Amino acid sequence: MNQKRKIRILVAKPGLDGHDRGARIIARAYRDAGFEVVYSGLHQTPEQIVQAAIQEDVDMIGLSSLAGAHMYLFTRVAELLHENGVDDIVICGGGIIPEEDIPKLKKVGIKEIFTPGSTLDDIVKWVKKNVKPRGVSY
Amino acid sequence: MFNKKDLDRIRADNKKWQQAFKESVSKTPERLKRFSTVSDRPIRNLYTPLDTGDLDYSKDVGFPGQYPFTRGVQPTMYRGKLWTMRMFAGLGSARDTNKRFHLLVKEGQTGLSTAFDMPTVMGYDTDSARSRGECGRCGVAIDSLKDMEILFEDLPIDRITASMTINPPAPVLWAMYIAMAENRGISRSAIGGTIQNDMLKEFIAQKTLMCPPRPSMRLIVDTIEFGTKEVPRWNPISISGYHIREAGSTAVQELAFTLADGIAYVEAALERGLDVDSFAPRLSFFFNSHLDFFEEVAKFRAARRMWGRIMKERFKARDPRSMWLRFHTQTAGCSLTAQQPYNNIIRTALEALAAVLGGTQSLHTNALDEVLALPTEEAATIALRTQHIIAEESGVANTIDPLGGSFFVERLTNDMEEEAFEYIRKIDDMGGMVAAIERNYPQKEIADSAYRYQKQIDNGDKTVVGVNKYMAEEMLPIETLQVEAKLEEKQIQWTNQVKNSRNNRKVRDALEKLADAAQGDDNLMHYIIDAVKEYATLQEICDVFRDVFGVYRDPGVY
Repeated sequence: MNQKRKIRILVAKPGLDGHDRGARIIARAYRDAGFEVVYSGLHQTPEQIVQAAIQEDVDMIGLSSLAGAHMYLFTRVAELLHENGVDDIVICGGGIIPEEDIPKLKKVGIKEIFTPGSTLDDIVKWVKKNVKPRGVSY
Repeated sequence: MFNKKDLDRIRADNKKWQQAFKESVSKTPERLKRFSTVSDRPIRNLYTPLDTGDLDYSKDVGFPGQYPFTRGVQPTMYRGKLWTMRMFAGLGSARDTNKRFHLLVKEGQTGLSTAFDMPTVMGYDTDSARSRGECGRCGVAIDSLKDMEILFEDLPIDRITASMTINPPAPVLWAMYIAMAENRGISRSAIGGTIQNDMLKEFIAQKTLMCPPRPSMRLIVDTIEFGTKEVPRWNPISISGYHIREAGSTAVQELAFTLADGIAYVEAALERGLDVDSFAPRLSFFFNSHLDFFEEVAKFRAARRMWGRIMKERFKARDPRSMWLRFHTQTAGCSLTAQQPYNNIIRTALEALAAVLGGTQSLHTNALDEVLALPTEEAATIALRTQHIIAEESGVANTIDPLGGSFFVERLTNDMEEEAFEYIRKIDDMGGMVAAIERNYPQKEIADSAYRYQKQIDNGDKTVVGVNKYMAEEMLPIETLQVEAKLEEKQIQWTNQVKNSRNNRKVRDALEKLADAAQGDDNLMHYIIDAVKEYATLQEICDVFRDVFGVYRDPGVY
């Protein structure tokens, strides 16, 4: 049986938005929850994010956007993953995302959107339930 | 402020009273295990003259308009003139924002304040690959002088001051504003306004980034020097705590890091050879007003006193105006909630009241829907009316510094000053703010506070109405502003049109001259103004900075 490996997560800030309070708090909460965390730092293009996700062999990408460009940026990350033949990395997102955009984002492959008021505990629980280390059979 | 005999009597009475209090709560326990501010500062049950016993009224509090300015920088404060009601606005195209500006002026706003979109604040044109999806989303898109001309079209810029929230590309946007005014026949010495231009807090908190800290300081000193000589009514910098607080700092960290940034700018300007009293009167400040009412009022009072002391004692300023901490305030965006958004009107009103009782010179009140999107016209108008009600109905502007002398507020003011000076000493020991930033010191301090606060909300230690208490089953839908879908495409076409109609040889010349000058020691403002007048775009100019000075990458501390 495979050794149970930790869940690996890329927390990423796509685009030019510099609001990183949420992303950094989430990164710390994931680390405290026992996940392995890679934080992209700011101002990443969707290409850079997807490349990092593949190189770092992560199980999930958490995208954060608070400046209104989430529709283009989140969608582009999902498209690029797909174009690279990767369909088993879970993508979730958070930030200032208007209610009406959430179903549209889910449709393009963003599995969950966390809006202001979500607790760290809820987000960690969601990850534990929805993300499994890739390539590990149980 | 009391004599020893009085204090001895009060001490004895206080002891008795505390005993009685203890007996009462042994029967009915206190409501909370621990009472603390939003910044987690413990608060006691009662404050008395014992808390302000060593306060020297003349030395520590004084009179409005007199050193150390605890009670206000002007002698008349709001008896003479109310604070400037300056609502931050910017959306879509220059044309869209111009329309919003005209509406705000018509509704009684007394100053303009511009929000730029992300590509603009980062120094990219709309047609850059890095700008995809961002045009006009959280502010107005400005690619060239043409956009600046439209942005301020038919607005009385010789009578009304304009503030621009812009940092790495601040010299460029300022150059565009100066060129726009001059093209309208208004001289640079007649215009008034503010550019934020505070890069240190960008590295610490807001993270709109371009070049590394040291060349960024050079550009800032260029603007300070240029402004001092040629644009005397302009504030070339707005030293900002707002974003430090929004990034999750405590009130004391906001106070300390902001003033430490101010110290770094003064030192850099002195190193350039400027006389302290030639530039210090134009340094302006920008603070957050958060929810914890008295802590905020005390913060503003402490900030004024500290800056007065720093300028007089540390930098030997002689002109009292050099010692004035003049500040703009914005209510705390991070205190607003997406849940039950109408509650945000009340939060903003309380925060605005704290700013007014703290003696702000200028105020932006957030709109109830800003946690969801850019504000609608209706929401922005309610936010402005909040200021009108505070100013003209509540009576709080009838007298100066009405909370001065409150045992609680004076004690908080003292404590916050002391703790903030302790931080400043630590930063001095590291070699100043630039060195501290290079060691990620303020970044780490803020990250720790932000995480602690989030945990306190999550476990219910801190109440956020509608989020962890008094939750509603259903969300009331509110209407939010939509940015036109075709905007990006239109803006790219428009900027292409500008590029095709200018003299491209002259643009190249101007950019080459700028690049040469950037490698030397000349003040760059004149070169930048020459380039924008040829309609060089924002990115073309910023690319020169990036080429010559290098690009700063956020270290991603969490």
